[in-house]
Amino acid sequence: MIEAVGLTKRYGDKTAVYNLSFQVRPGAVTGFLGPNGSGKSTTMRMILGLDNPTAGSVTIGGHPYRRLPNAPRQVGALLDAKAVHGGRSARNHLLSLAQLSGIPVRRVDEVLGVVGLQDVAKKRSKGFSLGMGQRLGIAAALLGDPRVLLFDEPVNGLDPEGILWVRNLMKSLAAEGRTVFVSSHLMSEMALTADHLIVIGRGQLLADMSIRDFISANSADFARVRTPDGEREGREKLSSALTEAGGHVLPEPDGALRVTGLPLPRISDIAHDGGVRLWELSPHQASLEEAYMRMTQSAVDYRSTTDQKAGLMQPLPPGAEPPVPVPGQGQPGWYAPPPPRHGQPSAPPQGQPGAAPAGPYAGAPAPAAAPHPYGAPGAGAPNPYAQSAAPPQAPPVPAADPTKPEDAR
Amino acid sequence: MAAIQVIRSEWTKIRSVASTVWTLSLAVVVTLALGMLISALSRNEFGTMPARDRISFDPTYVSFAGMALGQLAMIVFGVLVVSNEYSSGMIRTSLAAVPQRGAFLFSKVAVATGLALAVGMATSFAAFFLGQAMLGSLSTSLGEPGVLRAVVGGGLYMTLIAMFSMGVAVMLRSPMLSLGILMPFFFIISNILGNVSATKKIGQYLPDQAGSRILRVLPRVGEDTPYGPWGGLGIMVLWVAAALAGGYALLKRRDA
Repeated sequence: MIEAVGLTKRYGDKTAVYNLSFQVRPGAVTGFLGPNGSGKSTTMRMILGLDNPTAGSVTIGGHPYRRLPNAPRQVGALLDAKAVHGGRSARNHLLSLAQLSGIPVRRVDEVLGVVGLQDVAKKRSKGFSLGMGQRLGIAAALLGDPRVLLFDEPVNGLDPEGILWVRNLMKSLAAEGRTVFVSSHLMSEMALTADHLIVIGRGQLLADMSIRDFISANSADFARVRTPDGEREGREKLSSALTEAGGHVLPEPDGALRVTGLPLPRISDIAHDGGVRLWELSPHQASLEEAYMRMTQSAVDYRSTTDQKAGLMQPLPPGAEPPVPVPGQGQPGWYAPPPPRHGQPSAPPQGQPGAAPAGPYAGAPAPAAAPHPYGAPGAGAPNPYAQSAAPPQAPPVPAADPTKPEDAR
Repeated sequence: MAAIQVIRSEWTKIRSVASTVWTLSLAVVVTLALGMLISALSRNEFGTMPARDRISFDPTYVSFAGMALGQLAMIVFGVLVVSNEYSSGMIRTSLAAVPQRGAFLFSKVAVATGLALAVGMATSFAAFFLGQAMLGSLSTSLGEPGVLRAVVGGGLYMTLIAMFSMGVAVMLRSPMLSLGILMPFFFIISNILGNVSATKKIGQYLPDQAGSRILRVLPRVGEDTPYGPWGGLGIMVLWVAAALAGGYALLKRRDA
């Protein structure tokens, strides 16, 4: 059991972690999610007594780590897979750690087998791939057969087979009644591995709930409704009629409406009653990735901008098409989808410094037309996860293709 | 209990990394080779030396001439033993395994010091015997007054230089920064400060200037250091203690 109470860490005037309180229980895999720089690693280091909290405290089994009796046999941690001396062999690395913690030497060969590194045990870790480094780090965490395990980004650099192996390892460790605390920035990975989620952004708690609650609260259905292009009155009429009927309507960047709280037939009936034609009425499900991004987007520290390539542009050869921009990168119109209406997530964030006026649960869409940091004309908030998310303006429904309206019939 | 575990672990760490083995070997080779070379040259030049130099000719000290360079390799060893932890990131794993940071630091220093002492002592005796062999008729023997003290002192001096470097490396963490400060300091700056008359009063209290007094059997002509051979080594021990205490105070308080 790991328990943090009011944990705060400041480096100079930068606050890395602010007033974080949570519990990590035994017998479950607890995922620790947050964007880059949100304070996950700082929190992990404070749990291990490496960094001293500015305020608050964190304990393992009721003791601060540095006063925990026989700490390395109780707690195992993978903080940084690259934190090995490259000139030392994998086996000697583990041997020195085992001796440091008073662990019998034969355990070294055991864990080398567990992580599948027995064939390269005598090789210098300098030549290891990132995935092999992760395995070595996991072996180090398992050395003391600890009751509490911390893993910071354990699947980074692992191949699919390795990811599956880590996932099963975490689950089996938790099934043995151990406390397993795993940080990641991949929601999709945590959805498969974790039983419980702790989400932080800018060092503050955004969510602390079971994965089941998170899914039911966040991956709700919604309907996409499109009225014919160029008929603004029809769209507005439908929008107000749907709101009157108890639905929640949000405009999508391509002119469609995102409707929650009303079943599809009911939307169709309302449109029919109002005499509004529909070009699209399609069911959708918000992904967990979307829900996570929505939750953290106001707390993302590092955002990409469009590469303007000023002064580097080659003149296009005659007849060549200008490059098609990558969806989500510095273009107008991308925003994390709004939250579904039903289901109240627990533990709403309290007071987010520097966050957008609308909190993660405020129900308002993110500022789609936020001024571009470098003043690119018409550029909206860039998508920080452009590669991992399907852009909402290009749904996989053929009828929704705005460029070929005649096919929609 | 924790100390024994750290000592065992640190021994594994030192012997399993090539850089520590290489730097120690380099310290031995450089000290012996240069000492033999200078000793051989001194024997040939002795006839042409001014009378003043002939009177104060110190065959023991001449055979230690290689230590000026050999000590630099000891500095590298001291720095690497400590800063390898920081540059690799191992320090976090180590301190997570041994939350008692004092026990960790002093056990680590103890292992490296033990190794440096063994190598330094062997080097000092070897440098003496090889140097005397080169000096031929000018040579002295361990039985002469003050000679054994100088030879044992040479081993202690090499060890203390390595310890001082460990203390500095704990404070500075970065190997480049530590070496960038220690190497020019001990190779150039300290020699200038200790030999220029204007700064000599302060310069003679610097760790290597004070510590190397024990390497001489006969004091230099006209030299009036306010400390004897053991006094000088004592001053060096104080420097080492200060460096390690500073390192400990920082390690204890600092985020790893």
